[in-house]
Amino acid sequence: MDSGPALVSILRQGDNLIASIHTALDDSEMVRFQRNLVDEIGQQRSRGVIIDVAALDVLDSFGSRTLRAIAEMARLRGAETVIVGIQPDVAFSMAELGLGTGSVHTALDLEEGLEYLSGIRLPARDDVHRHLGL
Amino acid sequence: MTEDSATAERLAADFPALDHKDEDQLLPQLVAHLRQHRSRLRQEWASRIQQAHLLEAMTPQETADETTSVYDNYVEVLETGSVEALQHYARDLSERIIPRGVETHEVVGIVLLLRDVLARSLFEKYQQDFALLNRVLDAYEPAANRIANTVAVSFVEERERIIRQQQDSIRELSTPVLPVRERLLILPIIGVLDTERARQLTEQLLTGIRTHRARVVVIDITGVPDVDQAVANHLVRTVDASRLMGAGVIITGLSPKIAETLVTIGVDLSKMNTIGDLQSGLEEAERMLGYSSGQAGTVG
Repeated sequence: MDSGPALVSILRQGDNLIASIHTALDDSEMVRFQRNLVDEIGQQRSRGVIIDVAALDVLDSFGSRTLRAIAEMARLRGAETVIVGIQPDVAFSMAELGLGTGSVHTALDLEEGLEYLSGIRLPARDDVHRHLGL
Repeated sequence: MTEDSATAERLAADFPALDHKDEDQLLPQLVAHLRQHRSRLRQEWASRIQQAHLLEAMTPQETADETTSVYDNYVEVLETGSVEALQHYARDLSERIIPRGVETHEVVGIVLLLRDVLARSLFEKYQQDFALLNRVLDAYEPAANRIANTVAVSFVEERERIIRQQQDSIRELSTPVLPVRERLLILPIIGVLDTERARQLTEQLLTGIRTHRARVVVIDITGVPDVDQAVANHLVRTVDASRLMGAGVIITGLSPKIAETLVTIGVDLSKMNTIGDLQSGLEEAERMLGYSSGQAGTVG
């Protein structure tokens, strides 16, 4: 996508896309990430998206808003999004700043995220399952 | 006794020159005197301690040992004026005697008794020459007071250190994170939840979620008498943060008083999953985790 070490990677795994953010992104990089990811969803005909933010030690308001936006766009394009790997410190500072992921599901790590996606796919999409982890 | 007088003689031979002022020769002189009559004065002191019913938590043998070393240290500090050694000794002593239940007033009491016993022996020695006695006391009193001060302060500091240490361990014990089932954590909170404890609770909970890969956490606050606004908001944020890490939180056991507080101060509880008691909370948690509910509800 761009030169230099990859800031993000978007990998396909079956029906899912696994997007990992490797380092703190500035706002324009965040926007580019959003565009690439939403493009990929269409190209790969993905049904699920996992955004792994485990490498981030801070997630600001723009970052969390963009993640929410990605999830909503993904839903419009037919894919369910899970955000995984939010670190304890990051989680608490986000909560303190009143930032959240809105209705977007969050999970502990990649494994949990995959499990969540496989759980909601097989039966009809159902709100009960979204509340599984509440 | 012979050893004591030998020491005293040796000391009399070369008084350490504390200062070049004439007055300061008095201090070495009185130190020599105290060394010479060490045994008698120490015994007198020990009996005064007994009369005053101090240090009753200790055996006579222990009291004798301690008084001997306190005496020696005392005289040494009078001689050298170095408080550091005494501070060190006093801390050591405190460390030994605090667990035995020795109180602050006892420690201060025995040091003051020693001061008085020694002062009396000086009165006795210099009773013929009142002017000289005055000068001896001028040299003795500030040093003695400084010693009393040092010992008392060291003792209190040691006690405070122990109290701090205990507070730390109580605090650590006070917010246990217990894995009861795969993916299910329980945090029973007992006692007053202040800001510091709430902060610690959050930290332990969030790291616990990661370590145990928890999906549901039950925070039981049956044992919390009341919360203030700051703590209530902190709880809400903790619930949010847990959710960001992929774990749902159930709060159980809200007392009527806490419920009233939360409603009165207007904490946003819409995102809080609260359930009346721990038992129902566990049942709900198991339902969320997909365990079959029913009789399995009561866990440990």
